[in-house]
Amino acid sequence: MSKTISLKRGLDIRLVGEAEKITLDAPRSKFYAVRPTDFHGLTPKMLVKVGDTVKAGSSIFQDKYNESVEYASPVSGKIHDIVRGDKRRILSVVIEAAASDEYEMKNVAHPSSASAEEVKQCLLASGLWPLIKQRPFDIVADPVQTPKAIYVSSFDSAPLAPDYDYVLHGMQAEFQMGIDVLKKLTAGAVHLGMNGKSKQDEVFVNAQNVTKTAFSGKHPAGNVGVQIHHTNPINKGEYVWVVNAQDLAIIGRYFLTGKYDLTKLVALTGSEVKAPKYYRSLPCAQMSTLVEGNTKNEADERIISGNALCGSQESIDTYLGFYDNQITVLPEGNQMKFLLTDGWLSPGLNKFSNSRLYPTFLFPGKKYRLDTNLNGEDRGFVVTGELEKVFPFDIYPMHLVKAAMTEDIDSMESLGIYEVAPEDFALCEFVCTSKINIQDEIRAGLDLIKRECF
Amino acid sequence: MKFLEKQLKKLEPTFAKGGKLEKLHYVYDALATFAFTPATTTTRGAHIRDGVDLKRTMFIVVLALIPALIFGMYNTGHWHFVAESGNWNLPYWEQMLDKFLYGAIKVLPMIVVSYGVGLGVEFIFCNIKGHPIHEGFLVSGMLIPLVMPVEVPLWMVGVATGFAVLIGKEVFGGTGMNIVNIALTARAFLFFAYPTKMSGDTVWMGGKEADGFSGATFLGDAQSLISDSPTVEGVSGIMDKYSFMDSFLGMIPGSIGETSALACLIGAVLLIATGVGSLRIMLSFAIGGLATGYLFNAIGVNAYMDIPAYMHLVVGGFAFGAIFMATDPVTAAQTASGKIWYGFFGGMLAVLIRVLNPAYPEGVMLAILFMNIMAPLIDHYVVQANINRRLKRLKVA
Repeated sequence: MSKTISLKRGLDIRLVGEAEKITLDAPRSKFYAVRPTDFHGLTPKMLVKVGDTVKAGSSIFQDKYNESVEYASPVSGKIHDIVRGDKRRILSVVIEAAASDEYEMKNVAHPSSASAEEVKQCLLASGLWPLIKQRPFDIVADPVQTPKAIYVSSFDSAPLAPDYDYVLHGMQAEFQMGIDVLKKLTAGAVHLGMNGKSKQDEVFVNAQNVTKTAFSGKHPAGNVGVQIHHTNPINKGEYVWVVNAQDLAIIGRYFLTGKYDLTKLVALTGSEVKAPKYYRSLPCAQMSTLVEGNTKNEADERIISGNALCGSQESIDTYLGFYDNQITVLPEGNQMKFLLTDGWLSPGLNKFSNSRLYPTFLFPGKKYRLDTNLNGEDRGFVVTGELEKVFPFDIYPMHLVKAAMTEDIDSMESLGIYEVAPEDFALCEFVCTSKINIQDEIRAGLDLIKRECF
Repeated sequence: MKFLEKQLKKLEPTFAKGGKLEKLHYVYDALATFAFTPATTTTRGAHIRDGVDLKRTMFIVVLALIPALIFGMYNTGHWHFVAESGNWNLPYWEQMLDKFLYGAIKVLPMIVVSYGVGLGVEFIFCNIKGHPIHEGFLVSGMLIPLVMPVEVPLWMVGVATGFAVLIGKEVFGGTGMNIVNIALTARAFLFFAYPTKMSGDTVWMGGKEADGFSGATFLGDAQSLISDSPTVEGVSGIMDKYSFMDSFLGMIPGSIGETSALACLIGAVLLIATGVGSLRIMLSFAIGGLATGYLFNAIGVNAYMDIPAYMHLVVGGFAFGAIFMATDPVTAAQTASGKIWYGFFGGMLAVLIRVLNPAYPEGVMLAILFMNIMAPLIDHYVVQANINRRLKRLKVA
């Protein structure tokens, strides 16, 4: 049996609105948008023009600095618009979907017979390559590098995250094929992070050719960053690739069927959702197809593509992110809070806090309806030790954040910036008394190092 | 509350940029955010945030100081009556209302001056620098009077506070950026600028003392043990004059808030229960002091060294310093293991200075200030150990 690593530090934020294990089909979206902004640091080079007809799987743009990485259209249809922002930066490529999908069929290499290079080329040509991300830097993997290992986490511990045991149930063939494909890409092992707290679906239990390690503990135990750190930490100059479990099944599906079919289950969650459930949908679909009519109060709520800790802020008119398996809808917190009733001197029964300054710790089973208020004001660092409590790494988070803030590359390197991604700091940002945007600081630090040193 | 909210919103343009009272914007901002947590929402990153903020954190510390403050007022009153009557053994728990009122009349103006001057300086400074007023002074303003002897004139409290806020904090960038503890900066300023008002045997009792009455503290008397003219007869003499229980309860003369170890401990319970104060620092500080005390007991070459080690924990500012001063998160060590070393050396130094340095009867203030300066060094070594672990891994791989 695999070994279990138990993590003492972390925090489960108990929110109202977990998705019930029922799957509905989301209506087909009229438009789909592939947004280069979903892929951090990407400069796209367009391969299509407005009015072009595309199939599902047709390449629509490529990475300007790494042209072998191509990004494909999730559906067949017509290029409707290329939205540009400041300095003509491409923000999104909007595709008007045809009534049904035709797939761009390419030659598929079979991992059991093909060479590693053939498998890699096949993945690059398919447009599925962007599903593989790399550490350090938390960006789309650079195909030139050879990773020392590839990590997949079989569970997501973020607040209200989809349950992969449910999502991937019955997809054993796809999942195993995905693993076999990844196995070709690395000299090391493919690691599967198992959930040490519960019995998992046979998809994961029966997976072959993987090194399984179980992790038990609170969030972020399900983050690959934590799992890499505790089993095979990244040193300077090393690369580790990571793939989301559901994306791995998508890769497997491609190698089984030859179809660029991104269909996945998306959990619609959050306190403002009337009946939180799973929806079968495509990424990049219009948010309205999933959210409209399903929420309680459309005027004053925040729609997040992804989880409440590191998702992106969307609206009913925008699109589901490329990587996201979840939508979270929360109440906006744009009201002032009087100090005695709801502010800093209140009893705070409805506030969730990891500190013992609010009575959250007295109600271990209670679930909370949290809004997006900052609950305080931006300050310098004052309180010490609070970040460490939710950061299960052998890294000093506050020192690393300060190094990032001061753009001190040497310190960032020696303090372990290569091992972390912004999402690993999401809880630090949540608990920070001084309300510092820690994920932004870490991202800026990573960008700086990538620009200066790589 | 809707009414108040409306009024605040109505006033906002007056203080906004271009408004009539634009210069007072940060004063308005401080008062408005005091009454209402602003409607600011998150934009990216974590969309939800912990309920805790700096205002609540600081408020808990002020709350934890209340027992020491109340007891300090009463104790001040008591020693005033002792000094007036010349009777050291005046019953402690009689004339309670008189004593408390006298103490309150002496102490409250100091608190008013401390908050008034400190917040005044912050308001002006923040306006010039254009950053909002931070909460740090809520605690400093309360700490400053509590570490002063009762006889210190009000103007000195004001000057010291102004100095501490300006030089100790604002020049470094405000709350969270200072290197040494603000309240101790104020005390150290007076200690070196006006030594006659900060130590000796005439500053601890309020009002005029009876002829021939010496208002020394335990530490003053202990110091005299190793001088040519001891004021008490040996270790047994000093232990007769100040029993352990009296010292623990705080029924001894001293700075306003520091005398009662019990009152400080009540505060400590609140700080530890809420997680605001670091138990590591408090414990290691006490252990450091105790260990050094026992070491001196073992050496025992003079009468001061023979004073029982545990007495060091309950007299002077030891308990107050360990609980409220050393634990200041901004100036203490920031790493978990660093905090242990920081506290241990702090406690050790405090007793070391008390026993070995004839010029300074009380060593806690200097010990903590010194450790404030050393804290980054301690953290440096702790963090460096982590860095070395990472480097070693690279070599193995």
